[in-house]
Amino acid sequence: MSEISPVDEMRRAIDTARESALAKIKAARDSGELRDLGIELNKKDSRLVALKSEMGKLSSTDEKRAVGQHLNSATNEINSALALRNTEFADQELSKRVEGERLDLSELLTTRRRGHSHIVTQATQRLEDVFVGLGFQVAEGPEVETDFYNFEALNMPKSHPARSEFDTMFLEFGEPGSTLLRTHTSPVQIRVMKTWKPPIYAIMPGRVFRRDTPDATHMPVFHQIEGLVVDRGITFAHLAGTIEAFTKAFFGNEFTSRLRPSYFPFTEPSAEFDIRTPEGDWIELGGCGMVHPNVLKSGGIDPEEFSGFAFGFGIDRMAKERHKVDDIREMYTNDLRFLRQF
Amino acid sequence: MKILNSWLNEFGPFGTNIEKISNAMTSLGLAVEGVETIGQSVKGVVVARVLRTERHPDAAKVHRVFVDSGDGTELHVWCGAFNMKAGDLVPLATLGTTMPDGRVITARGILGIESHGMLCSGTELGLTADSEGILILPKGLKLGVDVFAALKIKPDALFDLDVTRNRPDCNGYLGVARDLGAHFGIQIAAPAGDGAKRGAKKSMKVTILDKKKCSRYNATVISGVEVKSSPDWIARRLTNCGMRPINNVVDASNLVMLELNQPTHAFDAATVNGGFRIRCARRGETLTTLDGQEREFETTDLLICDGKDQAVAIAGVMGGAATEINPSTTVVALETAWFESAGVARTAARLGLRSEASMRFERGVDPHGIDHAVSRFAKILRESCPNLVVHSGAADVKEKHLPPKQRVVNLRLSQVNRILGTSLSAKAVASLLGKIGFVAKSAQSAKHPVLKIAVPSWRPDCESEIDLVEEVARHFGYEKLGKLVPQSTMHGRLSVLQLRRRELRDLICSLGLSEAMPNPFLAPGDLTRAGVTESNAIRLANPLVFEESVLRTSLRPGLLKAIKYNLSHRAEDIALFEIGHVYPSGEQNPTRELPDEYESVCLVAVGESSRAALDWWSQISAVMNFGAQLDQSSVEPGFHPARSATLRRGRQVLGFVGELDPRVLAKNEINSTVACLELDLSALLAETPRVANAKPVSRFPRSDFDLAFVVPNSQSAAAVTKALRQGGGTELVGLELFDVYRGAGVSDDSRSLTFRLSLQAVDRTLTDAEVSATRQRCLDAAAKLGARLRE
Repeated sequence: MSEISPVDEMRRAIDTARESALAKIKAARDSGELRDLGIELNKKDSRLVALKSEMGKLSSTDEKRAVGQHLNSATNEINSALALRNTEFADQELSKRVEGERLDLSELLTTRRRGHSHIVTQATQRLEDVFVGLGFQVAEGPEVETDFYNFEALNMPKSHPARSEFDTMFLEFGEPGSTLLRTHTSPVQIRVMKTWKPPIYAIMPGRVFRRDTPDATHMPVFHQIEGLVVDRGITFAHLAGTIEAFTKAFFGNEFTSRLRPSYFPFTEPSAEFDIRTPEGDWIELGGCGMVHPNVLKSGGIDPEEFSGFAFGFGIDRMAKERHKVDDIREMYTNDLRFLRQF
Repeated sequence: MKILNSWLNEFGPFGTNIEKISNAMTSLGLAVEGVETIGQSVKGVVVARVLRTERHPDAAKVHRVFVDSGDGTELHVWCGAFNMKAGDLVPLATLGTTMPDGRVITARGILGIESHGMLCSGTELGLTADSEGILILPKGLKLGVDVFAALKIKPDALFDLDVTRNRPDCNGYLGVARDLGAHFGIQIAAPAGDGAKRGAKKSMKVTILDKKKCSRYNATVISGVEVKSSPDWIARRLTNCGMRPINNVVDASNLVMLELNQPTHAFDAATVNGGFRIRCARRGETLTTLDGQEREFETTDLLICDGKDQAVAIAGVMGGAATEINPSTTVVALETAWFESAGVARTAARLGLRSEASMRFERGVDPHGIDHAVSRFAKILRESCPNLVVHSGAADVKEKHLPPKQRVVNLRLSQVNRILGTSLSAKAVASLLGKIGFVAKSAQSAKHPVLKIAVPSWRPDCESEIDLVEEVARHFGYEKLGKLVPQSTMHGRLSVLQLRRRELRDLICSLGLSEAMPNPFLAPGDLTRAGVTESNAIRLANPLVFEESVLRTSLRPGLLKAIKYNLSHRAEDIALFEIGHVYPSGEQNPTRELPDEYESVCLVAVGESSRAALDWWSQISAVMNFGAQLDQSSVEPGFHPARSATLRRGRQVLGFVGELDPRVLAKNEINSTVACLELDLSALLAETPRVANAKPVSRFPRSDFDLAFVVPNSQSAAAVTKALRQGGGTELVGLELFDVYRGAGVSDDSRSLTFRLSLQAVDRTLTDAEVSATRQRCLDAAAKLGARLRE
């Protein structure tokens, strides 16, 4: 057995000390033990620190450099191992803490009741949106009206027989018969013509009143939407085209419309408009026509320069049919069990 | 107006293609409400003779009828009608017959006795509208044959037309036929008049005193009348058209009315004393009409009186009972007149007496169709009265107010094409109008043709150019006018107000409230019961019912009713709102046209306190970017006096927040608290959000500190907040009340309010000295309200 050189002897000792330190690091069970281990390994009496001081015994500079390099590398390796292990412990502990925060979210889920807008409001908004898309603006007017706006300006002077068909509710305000609850949204046409200037593309939704005993399809208070277009060069074809465009936009592309002659005092030529369902049934929807020259005049518009058309129909029926409500009175009981369905 | 197709075909060869005719009517503006097939033979129903009838001791409501249907065997039938006697001919539905209503006749009887068929009423067979009793058939029919064949009844169609107000002519077959004739290019003809020679001169004097209300009155004397039932075909036509056959004279009058839209009235000439005087009634004058009712008149009602000035009929509405046709009538005085429509309308409406005649006079009849109507009446009556004599020399008084036979209306070709979007020639327009009897007189100047259209007297509705444009459109065909979408130069959009209303509604829904739409009509007392003054409310002059005779001035009464309704149905979490108009009268004076109507929103939740209401308000205020001050010193009546506030902005009252007054709730039988927020939307929605200019953001540190005050209950938190804000000045960038404490350490008449204040300057770091100086100013300002710093 040949004699071992002092350099080799020290190298072997360093290796032994390194292996021992790495084994201890690996064996540490938590961050506390690791911290203690780190302190121990850097103490003066630790094996590696001791070996460093033993380097003085070596004779040559070369020998010292060789052993010194070996020692540094061992120290670095141990420190890296300590750091890595430390990170591992930190991660583990964070994960543990996070896991400890576990909640049963289903315990926390509360159901919040959302309120519901009325189906007539929903229908009105859908109609408004369709007409806004067709280039219309939305006008509004008072529900209490004068005889002038509700009748006279709409080509129904005092003695006009058609007045009797409106079942008007009059109010005890001003001269008897002068103030009433509007029987249709048409008075808004006059207000719009008087305040806006042509071109007018307006729709007028709103509440209207008739002296009608309530039944499954009628209410004394109900809702209508009215459209008015006044511009240069407006013809009957534009009326039919607008009704058709509305029909397709609101009901669907597979629906079509038709106009057939009818009578209203405020339009001429007048028409009823029907829509045809994809199944081929015709459904009566509303009335329309070219604005009567007398009505344009009432609105301060020269019928020789401008022409226009108007149309109108009920909103309540739209809501009733969309939601398959049997009796229109059901829509006005304000029963929450009804309101919360929609 | 009911139109029987077979009858219509007497005016022109329209044929029996019902769908084609119906579509044509629709496209002409004669709205077809329905088409009924009548006289459709019911297979298995045969003529039978009643042999005898017999009661059964255990059956009170039915009896046993024994009949022979031609083969000599006696058939037994249970029957619930008692109007037949031995020897009568009746329709028998034999076993296995399927009735028009789908019933199948079986032998099932009662009391263990079978029934070998069923005896039928006219209604059950679709023959008459009269369902009383079994149909008794005319004598002489052969037993066992099909009833419809025996009666020579062929299937027919009955159109139910909704005739619009502008088409008075279509209240008669002639008008409908004229339109259809023009549509199909079919020549039509009015029904034939009486060709017989007029008899000896015999007349009754006619004096018209009110020449405007009555501009033509023809009184024709007709003798040789025998009053009896009408021939079958007349009775059936009238029945089909919804009129009850009375006797041959009245029926002839009604038939003429249906054909020609000309009402006539037949008086028993013997009961009319010396001619006719047409005048307005004297106040309080009375007449017993045909229906047996005594009518009292106003001075605006037009009466037909006899020569002794005794009222005999209400002009255009109904005849008197004393002069009506009766079995002994032999001479008839036939009135065929033209009454002004508005007058007839007013009288009929006032008396609540709308007759077929008054309806036609109201809409308008042809003042120049009278002669033909008289002649047609005679022709029809002659069928049942072969010795009829129409006397010559009839009085026919025409006044100057009578509309002319033709009225000329100018029609610019340019106007036709401008409104309809067509490029029709003058010739085409003249041709379309010519087919319905509107004669184009001349087309002036080739460049701007104006057609002079002679409008016939049966179309009183066509008065102006636009009326003629409509006629052109109708006969050209609406469907041929095309469909074009106008090139709108307008930008479609909702206004700011409308967008904000939608935003508000969505927000309120997201707060858990559902939208109600209570009746805006209230019962007298409802407002008072809600704590709202009723003196400002407008009443309806003609309410449907007393309970709905007051217009609301607040949304609260309606929502209270909705709460009560839902409570009675045991609803939970009752939370409702309404956005709607209210109509306080405001000050009434002659210059004001309309009341103070405005839009309002009201939110209510049962079982909630003012805390909930304030939460609603703070969310609405934040989302709608709309602030207001809470003023608890004045509380709106109807709200809880100690738990509610007025929302103010300057002098303007925006609304009310809090709880409803427990006394109001008690009166409305609501046994729980109700949180309530009511806002005037006219201000809230009209507010246009301002465009904000950017301000520099401070880059210097902020100093935060808390101040806890003991504040007497008499001072509101809002007042302290306001004082602190003033004390803090521009450097106070944050101020929040974050704790309210009552209890140990604080005297009973006070509470502790803790505020967090944040100070920051835009241009520098605030020094400690500056911060403490500002803090002191805040303390001083609060001290003035009696707020001391809590130890």
